[in-house]
Amino acid sequence: MKLLGLDYTDISHAFSEEELMVQKTVREFVDSELAPVIDDHFREGSFPFDFVKKFGELGLLGINLPTEYGCAGMSNLAYGLVCQELERCDSGIRSFVSVQGSLVMYPIFAFGSDDQKNKYLPALASGEMIGCFGLTEPDYGSNPSGMITRATKTTGGYLLNGAKMWITNGSIAHLAVVWAKTEDGKIHGFLVDTASEGFSAPMMKNKWSLRASITSELIFNQVFVPEENMLPSVSGLKGPLSCLNQARYGIGWGTLGAAMAMYETALNYAKTRIQFDRPIAGFQLTQEKLVWMLTEITKAQLLALQVGKNKDSGTLRHQQVSMLKRNNTWVARECAKLAREILGANGISGEYPIMRHLMNIESVYTYEGTHDMHTLIMGEDITGTSAIR
Amino acid sequence: MKICVLMKQVPDNDSAIILSNDSSSIKLNDITWCTNESDTYALEEALLMKEAHGGEVVACSFGRESSQQVIKDALAKGADRGLYISEEESDGFDILSTAKIFTQALKDENFDLIFSGLQSNDSGNAQLGLLLAEMLNMSHAALVMGTEVLNDTRIKVKQELEGGWFQWTELDLPASITIQSGLNKPRYASLRGIMMMKKKPIDIFDSSQIDSTGSKNKIFLDKMYIPQKVKETTFIEGTPDEIASKLGDLMINDIKVF
Repeated sequence: MKLLGLDYTDISHAFSEEELMVQKTVREFVDSELAPVIDDHFREGSFPFDFVKKFGELGLLGINLPTEYGCAGMSNLAYGLVCQELERCDSGIRSFVSVQGSLVMYPIFAFGSDDQKNKYLPALASGEMIGCFGLTEPDYGSNPSGMITRATKTTGGYLLNGAKMWITNGSIAHLAVVWAKTEDGKIHGFLVDTASEGFSAPMMKNKWSLRASITSELIFNQVFVPEENMLPSVSGLKGPLSCLNQARYGIGWGTLGAAMAMYETALNYAKTRIQFDRPIAGFQLTQEKLVWMLTEITKAQLLALQVGKNKDSGTLRHQQVSMLKRNNTWVARECAKLAREILGANGISGEYPIMRHLMNIESVYTYEGTHDMHTLIMGEDITGTSAIR
Repeated sequence: MKICVLMKQVPDNDSAIILSNDSSSIKLNDITWCTNESDTYALEEALLMKEAHGGEVVACSFGRESSQQVIKDALAKGADRGLYISEEESDGFDILSTAKIFTQALKDENFDLIFSGLQSNDSGNAQLGLLLAEMLNMSHAALVMGTEVLNDTRIKVKQELEGGWFQWTELDLPASITIQSGLNKPRYASLRGIMMMKKKPIDIFDSSQIDSTGSKNKIFLDKMYIPQKVKETTFIEGTPDEIASKLGDLMINDIKVF
């Protein structure tokens, strides 16, 4: 069995049979079910809600978490391939799966009590329950440690006050994993029932990116959270950052998928678009663009593979994830521009997926740690000096 | 209900077909393989039947080593076990010889039902299900578009006739039934199913160890060729409504773009 799609350096052997079967089944599902409807959802600014249960049935939610909670218990390489295949269709779809698995299920699994795990993880894995993750605030994006949202102790629990912004799935979530400071100034995670009094999640409109994904504000006005809904096993910024590390890993693979989709579209177009009585694929300037894309995508793929192997072997350093997210998102962003150029005027047409990917990748370039923040994380790692503290 | 599903590995529709130098075969290295389309519908029908009535689904394939992949895919979708008949030169067997090999491999299993796709996308014989029915003394129905288990000894099937007509037929079990594409919606392998796949057994038969007395080929391949593509322009005449109707018919039935 072989890796499907772009595999210029023959790396199929690096994946297990199960991992390759996962790629195949997700690709079949995406091509048959999601691809035909994604453009309409993007244009309408709607999330394909009907697919949530299907994602659950396929096992795409919390892929790398244990089977005892209804998850697939698969490797991180399998998770990576799933993200690649989903974002090959659309970043918004991959974002949904990333948020549910890495930002909602992972913190419950890693920092939650047994009761929290048993109560929430099976429902989140099946898609019966949708989750969101509240960290970013209007005035605190790259600097989450300055967050304003507060959790004040009260009888039997906490009262949450504050606001979060740019929250994927916020308006459709049943459960919000919210990071807030307690009175001692420490950051804690809270599992907030979105039906709670004082909670609201207005949808953020007028986005020109990730239009097939729901983005919301979360507003907390004296929201009561029972004591047992605080994540017991973590305090401080390492809680949310460890979740982001899971999600950023998936983004590194996802953007690879978007880049592959754009490269394949551009290659096929170049082979069939006739100018000056010959396919434009035969022109040197077009070939240079295609070769640049292929080479950078292949390097990004090899980076994703190695980082995935490190994650599976338990040797991963978070700075390697920064390199993966930073590089692969940049590659996808550059490929979007080149693919658009190769398709000429048709590059802006909705008949092709280029503009959709191009618009999406601008969000991905900034969310989950901006390109520049990952530069500074790596800069500190290699020089021993932080540029931001 | 003990159900066997015959599944064949065939070249993917999008796979480039390149002939060997003597035009007697296709070059296998360039092929992307997949499960024969109508076999996936046969598997789904078997899985639905098992879910409704209980029992066991066995996926069976005959061919070169890579054919085991279609069995593994079936196991990941929910089949209980596999039965692989290994034969690296399976393309060299005519359909009667192939049926005799299957008969030897299946005869002791006492299946209630054998499902197969209507025909394979590569050789297109559409005879294996019928031949097995004869050799294993089973009832037979072809071109089946629906099934309904009546009791432990009888099954009702909806068969496709010409001109958009259908008929319901009752059969005694055991029966060998060939399934037409489109009667259900084949499921995707779930990630949990893929993880379970490795734990399910695949029994392997070496076809050279099977008593295939009398399985000498009666049909011999002369040569293969790839039809030359010719550019053809068709002018459709008539009123706008007639043109639209003819164009729709062309696109659906001839060009098959819908």
